[in-house]
Amino acid sequence: MIELSNVAKTFGKNRVLRGVNLTIPRGQSMVVIGGSGTGKSVLLKSILGLVTPDSGRITLDGSDVREANRDAFLARFGMLFQGGALFDSLRVWENVAFRLMRGATKRPKDEARAIAIEKLRRVGLKPETADQFPGELSGGMQKRVGLARAIAAEPEIIFFDEPTTGLDPIMSGVINALIREIVTEMGATAMTITHDMSSVRAIADRVAMLHDGLIRWTGPVSEMDQADDPYLQQFIHGRAEGPIESVR
Amino acid sequence: MSLLALPETALASLGRACFAGLAAVGRVAIYAAVTLWHIIRPPFYGREFFSALLSVGWLSLPVVGLTAIFTGGALALQIYAGGQRFSAEAVVPQIVAIGMVRELGPVLVGLMIAARVTSSIAAEIATMKVTEQIDALTTLSTNPMKYLTVPRVLAGFLTVPLLVGVGDIIGIMGGFLVSTEQLGFNRASYIKNTVDFLQTADVVSSLIKGAVFGFIATLIGCYYGMNSGRGAQGVGSATKNAVATASILILAANFVLTSVMFGQ
Repeated sequence: MIELSNVAKTFGKNRVLRGVNLTIPRGQSMVVIGGSGTGKSVLLKSILGLVTPDSGRITLDGSDVREANRDAFLARFGMLFQGGALFDSLRVWENVAFRLMRGATKRPKDEARAIAIEKLRRVGLKPETADQFPGELSGGMQKRVGLARAIAAEPEIIFFDEPTTGLDPIMSGVINALIREIVTEMGATAMTITHDMSSVRAIADRVAMLHDGLIRWTGPVSEMDQADDPYLQQFIHGRAEGPIESVR
Repeated sequence: MSLLALPETALASLGRACFAGLAAVGRVAIYAAVTLWHIIRPPFYGREFFSALLSVGWLSLPVVGLTAIFTGGALALQIYAGGQRFSAEAVVPQIVAIGMVRELGPVLVGLMIAARVTSSIAAEIATMKVTEQIDALTTLSTNPMKYLTVPRVLAGFLTVPLLVGVGDIIGIMGGFLVSTEQLGFNRASYIKNTVDFLQTADVVSSLIKGAVFGFIATLIGCYYGMNSGRGAQGVGSATKNAVATASILILAANFVLTSVMFGQ
């Protein structure tokens, strides 16, 4: 279980997180929604230690993440980045098997390649893709490779940062379905940040809405449509009118 | 604003600029210390190191060779023309040799490396930062300092002295070609004068300068790449600042090293 208590982060004069409280239960898929620039990525990166919060506490299974052994802590996570974040100079299979070829979980090259090809197959890519470079793939294929890399070491917790951004609706549907299947299959705890409502409905067990540096609403996805929070309702229905200010 | 406040404002601006400059020097020094710390601690990334050796060293040979040969040739012409004024044309082999080995070889190779390698490293790492590849490395339990900075800095430290050695030889060859083909020097005596005149200390100083310049050029490229701003503008700015800073630091280090090794 991941717990965030009063997590705050400021960049210069911009108070991005103002005291976030959020619990992500083990084995559940939590989707954090919110407009652009509301601090969703900062929240996710704070958990991973890529951003250091100014105050507050983040715990994983009761232990403060700042006190954890860094390698052991990160070995429990997999992450799909918004743009894929694939390493251009490495072949696709080397990207997928990156963690498997280094550190404590290092495996022989042939075994790492075989696992990478299996994971590529799991996300719907053919074995021939393995020897291509990321630059030779379409955006959708890059997302799939990123997904294969995120699950390659079979992590307990998987983070998805805007998994469908920049994809057409059909490919978005494919990626959403893949994420749901994989998270269920692996029994992993998942945290997704997105502003794509089709992703929310496809992926989420629980939803949290982040607005103005605070969690405005959180609850099961089944209760989202009936919730009476005006911010949440404006956001999920994409209305221009409402308490959330929009620049026009 | 009153006229009396102007000097105060100017002094405050100067003070702020000085503090900012000192803070930047401090950050680079800390970055260098962290890099050195990681150089001696495992894990080591052999493949990235050999790739950096190839990119920093082998692929820089053409630009280093061309720069050195033209500089050596021009130097011979200048020394010959200048020497004529007091009937000292015969010193061309010796001055070309000492000029190339002690000064022009290391400095020009250092500046060429700053132009070719520092810019490339800064742009590559800055792009990796902008596209979240650096964050991805961290989440994959790989320290970006170890994976990106250490191989490049080590490759620069080891290969730039070799490039300087090659540049020295090619520069002297440029002077030799111009002197023997255009200025009428005897080939055998040109070579003998060059070899007799050069001392071990000259060559060693050249290689030491090369190692220091290689370290500076690659370290600064990595530093600016890792600390780049967002977007295309951030990458461009990191690249530009990296080349300018590396060039200035190389010239400053050259002065310090020359003072230490040859100062009276």
